[in-house]
Amino acid sequence: MRSQLARFAVRRVLSMVFVLFAVSVLVFLIFNVLPGGDPAVRMAGKAHTETQVEAIREEWGFDEPLYVQYGTMMKKLFTGDMISYFTEVSVTEEIRKGAPRTFALAIGAAIIWMAFAIALGVYSALRAGRISDRVLTVLALIGISMPAFWLGAILSYYLGYKAGIFPNGGYVEFLVSPTEWLWHLILPWFTLSILFIGFYSRVLRSDILETMGEDYVRTARAKGLSERRVMLKHVLRNSLIPIITLWGLDFGAVLGGGAILTETVFNLQGVGQYFADAIGQLDLPPIMAVTMFGAFFIVIFNTVVDIAYAALDPRIRLEGGSKA
Amino acid sequence: MSEAGRVPTLLEVHDLEVSFNTEDGVVRAVDGVGLELKSDEVLAVVGESGSGKSVTALTMMGLTRGPNASISGTAHFEGTELIGASDEELRRVRGNRMSMIFQDPMSSLNPVYRVGAQIVEQIRAHRDVSATEARQRAVELLDAVGIPDPGIRVDAYPHELSGGMRQRAMIAMALSLDPSLLIADEPTTALDVTIQAQLIELLRKLNEERDLSIVLITHDIGVVAEIADRVAVMYAGRIVEQGTLDEVFYDPQHPYTWGLLGSLTRIDRPRPDRLPQIPGMPPSLLEPPVGCHFRPRCPHAFDRCQSVPDLNTRLPEAPAHFDRCFLSPEQKRERREVGDGT
Repeated sequence: MRSQLARFAVRRVLSMVFVLFAVSVLVFLIFNVLPGGDPAVRMAGKAHTETQVEAIREEWGFDEPLYVQYGTMMKKLFTGDMISYFTEVSVTEEIRKGAPRTFALAIGAAIIWMAFAIALGVYSALRAGRISDRVLTVLALIGISMPAFWLGAILSYYLGYKAGIFPNGGYVEFLVSPTEWLWHLILPWFTLSILFIGFYSRVLRSDILETMGEDYVRTARAKGLSERRVMLKHVLRNSLIPIITLWGLDFGAVLGGGAILTETVFNLQGVGQYFADAIGQLDLPPIMAVTMFGAFFIVIFNTVVDIAYAALDPRIRLEGGSKA
Repeated sequence: MSEAGRVPTLLEVHDLEVSFNTEDGVVRAVDGVGLELKSDEVLAVVGESGSGKSVTALTMMGLTRGPNASISGTAHFEGTELIGASDEELRRVRGNRMSMIFQDPMSSLNPVYRVGAQIVEQIRAHRDVSATEARQRAVELLDAVGIPDPGIRVDAYPHELSGGMRQRAMIAMALSLDPSLLIADEPTTALDVTIQAQLIELLRKLNEERDLSIVLITHDIGVVAEIADRVAVMYAGRIVEQGTLDEVFYDPQHPYTWGLLGSLTRIDRPRPDRLPQIPGMPPSLLEPPVGCHFRPRCPHAFDRCQSVPDLNTRLPEAPAHFDRCFLSPEQKRERREVGDGT
């Protein structure tokens, strides 16, 4: 039965490799082939000279067959010799600088939003229909409705600029000062988490309520288990499966630079902010590189989620075979 | 069949009333039910859906407790009063001295745990034994209920077993602490007939070999005939007739029981053009009819039926045969024959 899970994992990892390849082909087609006009001109930007364009065309091999172009692009992506023609800076270097900031934001926020979501979701479900549950429903709705650029700006203005409790944006390396690092990240973490807390706690609440009505929960009670054990081992264990799935997917997206707004509002200089800046200037090489970077995390975490799902719910392991 | 008084009474239920507050009003699901179960006996509680038979059983297990339920009456089981018991007292009884199996074996086991682990969990909730010992016991139990390769199946997930196997696993789990009472709530309804017959056979064997008393809740008269010692017929929250299997089957006293038995298709009779049925619908338990609950559907109703008949013995020759109908025994005999002919 263990090997069933292992076989499932191997199958999923193989299909992940295929998806990653397909994504890279799509990125290549979308940026270099599908748009009309000369890709070298687009890459060089508005203020370009004929020699620059010629050099880019030469470098990327835009007059060669498509599969050679694709190969060149992949080589540039993975060997790190892709540069932005606007800033003359290595794209890989920029991503390498931004990634730890993005990871710090993502990991911290993911822990915070999951912890709060579980606590509030369980509490709401146990108090379903009472005043405290209704208050939490309203709060969750407010949390879901607040855009990060607004919430981030408000928090950083009032708690940062006005009250001076937190720094007004920016990032400090963990190795330079762990406390400063933490201090700079608290507001971004919460800004990013609020939406997820609101959403996840609602999902968990309704899953718990649904699970409590399941026949096997009645069986668990009939067995004479303590109420605590019934709730933890039978209700919560089964209702956590959907939000763990959500969690993996959202975490992958944020790791891949998806928290653009939060990173930008707090000027964290992470991958997401780098991406936003590149889009603002229509700077193609960084856009392509970050798109691949993000896609990579999303695909990987999709796979991780699928495997985790199969580990948590044994029924999935069989179905996986026909799906792939 | 045992003589009254000799065999100790295992379960005694009196005036059990269960009602639920719903958005539409108060549903009186169980309305003054009394039951008595002797040791080693199989009592079948028969009735159609919504007659309150499952609620009665769940209430004895304490599984209907909740903010919307009001429960009154008494249910004595092995020296414990179940209705007023604290949650902790009740927890110690259920799964231990008294266990229950349910209608749908497909959904009654937790899909994410192995079958053996679910049995072990129950054993360890009541006894201080090691995981290894409990697992050993689980294998024995699976063997005892007729699951082949119990040493392998103990590690199977519920979805890897067939419906019949799952119900056997449920029975194994229910037996894990050698209870004196098993409540089986429509245990065969979701299964096909051959599996149904095997399970009923298994229950009968357990009843004989393990001194296990069984309350079998069902709407399947055929199942009742195979296994029950005594029968209680429920209609709209009340017991309308109660007696030994032979008494209820061969000398039914209540018009509802006539209808129930009359609606059976029988292999030893010519096939009817139309399946016989009781006209009308069971009443809503939100607003049950005044007096006898069966009155609106009863072809024999008369003005006395506006008040509630007691559950009484009306036949001098059968002191343990109770019914809830005002008709005199002579009238019943006369009319039943007429009703039977259709």
